[in-house]
Order: sequence, then C-alpha cells, then structure tokens
Amino acid sequence: MKDSHYDVAIIGAGMSGLAAGIRLAHFGRKVCIFERHNAPGGLNSFYSIAGRKYDVGLHALTNYVAPGVKGTPLGKLLRQLRIEREEFALRPQKQSRIAFRDCSLKFTNDFAVLEVEVAEKFPAQVEGWRALVKAVRTYDDVALDAIPLSAREVVGRHLNDPLLIDMIFCPLMYYGSAQERDMEFGQFVIMFKALFLEGFARPLDGVRVIIRVLLEKFRQAGGERRMKCGVARIIEEQGRAARLILESGEEITATQVISSIGFAETMQLCDPPQTQAAECNTGTLSYAETISVFKREPAEWGWGDDTIVFFNDSDRFDYSQAKQQVDLRSGVICLPNNFDYGSEHLPEGIFRVTALANYALWAHLPEEKYQADKQRWFGEVIRSARRFLPPVDDSILTEAQLATDMFTPRTIRKFTGHLNGAIYGAPHKIRNGRTHLENLYLCGTDQGFLGIIGAMLSGISMANYHVLQASVRS
Amino acid sequence: MTKDNCKKLVIDIISDIAPDEDLSAIKPEIRLRDQLQLDSMDFLDIVMELRKRHGIEVPEADYGQLASLESCAEYLTPKFGTAKA
Repeated sequence: MKDSHYDVAIIGAGMSGLAAGIRLAHFGRKVCIFERHNAPGGLNSFYSIAGRKYDVGLHALTNYVAPGVKGTPLGKLLRQLRIEREEFALRPQKQSRIAFRDCSLKFTNDFAVLEVEVAEKFPAQVEGWRALVKAVRTYDDVALDAIPLSAREVVGRHLNDPLLIDMIFCPLMYYGSAQERDMEFGQFVIMFKALFLEGFARPLDGVRVIIRVLLEKFRQAGGERRMKCGVARIIEEQGRAARLILESGEEITATQVISSIGFAETMQLCDPPQTQAAECNTGTLSYAETISVFKREPAEWGWGDDTIVFFNDSDRFDYSQAKQQVDLRSGVICLPNNFDYGSEHLPEGIFRVTALANYALWAHLPEEKYQADKQRWFGEVIRSARRFLPPVDDSILTEAQLATDMFTPRTIRKFTGHLNGAIYGAPHKIRNGRTHLENLYLCGTDQGFLGIIGAMLSGISMANYHVLQASVRS
Repeated sequence: MTKDNCKKLVIDIISDIAPDEDLSAIKPEIRLRDQLQLDSMDFLDIVMELRKRHGIEVPEADYGQLASLESCAEYLTPKFGTAKA
C-alpha cells in the first residue's frame, strides 16, 4: 500500500472528530484527521483579536457532575478517552435562570433547586412535572435505533401550562435544537439531563483547555492531523468511499471514513453528489452573538449572580428562523465570570448574548453594509438582554468597556462550514451514523448527541460502533 | 503465566480504563459488574486492551467468560501461553 492510505480518515478536527481520532489511534489504527481551517475545535473554538482570546460556541460545558458521580456522559467520556478529570479543570456554575416576562425559574447544578422553583411557581403542575422527570430519567437516550417522537407531544401528556412548557423548552432548544418549534424526544431527554439533571461548568481558560487536552491525547496516541487541508471530494466506487480528493488536489485512500462536517455538507462532497438527500435535510436555524469585554467583573454593577440567563419576552416562546436579521424576542446571556473559580478570577469581565438570527439576511451583504448592520444590531441585542438583568446605568458599562465583537450567521458558516450557518446542523439526525456508502459514517452534530460532551461521545460511539466493535466481531 | 499474574494484568487494564473505581477490594468470584460501575463500553475496552497489550483475541461469543476476575483468569491464562505478543 502506498503511504497515503489510512485505516480511517476523519473529516473535521472539532470535538467529535478529535474524540473519534483518539479512540482509533489508541487502538492502533492508522488515522488522520483532515481539517480545512488552521484552528481545531470546529463549532467550539477560540480566536484572538489584539492579543485577547475569545471563545466561540461554548458558553458552558453541559453534563457537569461532581467528582465521584458515575454512569453519566462526562464520566463515560473521560474513561473512553483516558482523560483524568482534573485535566479539564472544570469549575461549576453559580446559578442560572430561565427569565420570561412574568416568571422566572432559577436552576443550579443541584436539580432540587429547579424542583422547588417549579413547585413554588407552578403548584398545579407538580404531579405532571414529577411524571415528566421520571419519563426523562428512564428513557434510553443513547439507543442508536430509537423511533423518533415529538417532544411537545410527550411533554404535553404530563404538563398543560403553556408557560411552564415554554420555559422548559427554551434552554433545551437554545443549547441544541436544530429543529424549529419542537424537538425529537430523544434529543429533549439528552438536553434535559445535560442542563437540568447534570449541569454547567467551564475551565477558567475556556474551551481552549479542552481542545488542548484532546489534541495532546491524539498526538500521544500516534494520530496524524493535517490542518488547512480540507477534503474537496469523496469519490464513490461500487458503493464505497473509494478515494478522497483533498483541496490541494492530492488524493488519499482510507478503509473507513468518518465525517464530522454535517449530513448535507458530507453529501455535497460526494461524487456523484447526493444533492436531493442534502436538500431535504439542511438546517435553517442560526445565531448571532455579541461579546463585550469589560475592565472589571460584572459583579461590580450587580451582575454577579447569574451564570447563564435564558430569556423570552413574548406570550409564547417561538424557536424558529428569525424573520429579521436578529430575533430580539428571546436569547441567552452568558457571564463567564460567574462560575465558581474559587480563589481564581478571569482577568476581565465578559458579557455574551446569543440570539436567533437569519442567515439569508446576513449572507450576501456588501462588506460596508455588513459592518454597519453588525454595529446596529449589537446595540439592539445588548438592550434586549439587559431587560433581564439587574438595571445598571449606561455610563457605567460604557466606562468599563474595553472591546466588543459580534459574530453573525455568516461567521458561523465560514468557520463551521454548516450550510445556512445552521448552528446545530440538520433537523433530522442520523443516529446510527450510516450513509449511502458502506464505509462512510457521520459523527458529531448530525449524528445527534448534543453539546460539547455529546459531540465527543458521538465521535467515541461512532468509532466504537463502526470501526472497533466491528473488528472484534469479525 | 499463573492465574494470579493474569488477574493482576486484568486489574491493570481496569485501573487504566476506570481510574475512578476502587480496585483494592475486588472479590475474584463476584461479577465485576456487581462490584464496579462498568458498562458495555468499558467491557469492550477490556477486550481491546487485551488485544493491544497482550495479543489476546476474545471473540464476542466468549465475553461472558470475562464476568468475574476468577473466570477471567480461568479463561485467559491458557491464552497467554499461545498469544503472539
């Protein structure tokens, strides 16, 4: 065999691709990850402007459980990747809120807090709530062959107060739904556990800590990584992915191929192309995010309690494609300073706000107009979010502000490659990772385990299921 | 390879796979699953580490033989003699 043959080629060096790569390299496979960008991390990455590092994607790592709690996704992932818990240096959240116009629910990494809040504010819903929690706890959310169910329908069997239903759906949708207005119940369960039954944490230095650990494990295991080296085409021969043509024109072969770049995005690389399959399952939901950097911690003006705030100002929470460039009715606030770092502190204050945004209305603007619109919407988004935080005088924020940045659906498209800047990819997930080609599999966003931990577990599961388990079976 | 050595090698593997488990008081006759929190992903890893470290193949049909430390030793010890490391 010539040198450019691999046991497994992985497309994309995001969380899922790296995790799959670690598993495969650890067990002796000749594996290479092809990444078209210079930076690893994919959707969850970071960048620098003027010497300052900004996280993208990660507000908080979900699925956090305290040391010693076993049998949850975080523990599984650490075991599977042979990572010591301390390497991620996770620091738990203080508290978060779901803040609607007339009602607010507090939650923390202790589920009892949310249960008390629900009982206090929705006394008539308590029994239904308990039944729902039981249904969530007993649902097999990692089955690769589950029949899709509507979460609205299942939740509707237990709860009948639309306000409570919307308040529960709001964080789960914002942190992982590629579908408008509803979620598949399996996805709902994954997210409910990840956010409410487990919880939020973050390394002091943000997502780059996690990426660094993954890169190092992959390197130690003997994996190869080629950056700025995208895959341009996947050539089909006799029902198999026979060859990969790289953007450089170089050609490589692999016995198996795992793609983390998304379903439609992978179908578009196939030659002959799978245009119709791609068109039927392309996401439409995208986000904009503002980032404000302050010279002091937000606690100084009374923003020291909340880690994450999920807000909505309308009668019903409407998780759907934005009709304007940005949908100001709802959003998510993240204050990274408000994790429990013990005696340590972030050097600066950070305030991030995420809201639904419309890809088409941003995608084709001429540069000047794009910059002007960004500036205009930046102010609007901040104003919208501040309605749900303790009041503070404009002059205080202006005086403390050091820098700002904003990303739009166009930025997401550019850095993740997701069509339409669809943050969570395709609306219909492919849980078993199979494609029309027998040796081409999907992992990551469109396989459907969500969040950072979910993404890594997706890579692990697909590597196990399609490569490693298949080899011990034969 | 003695059975005791074999048990030690299996424990070495488990301690790498599940460093958060206390392995000091494992009872050899009792099922590993009943004493430790090990799921099917972890058992797959035991099989794969046996192959990686010791060249031992455990076919899927024989996974049941790995239930306890004692049954592991019973099943694996003869295999160490024949394995190509």
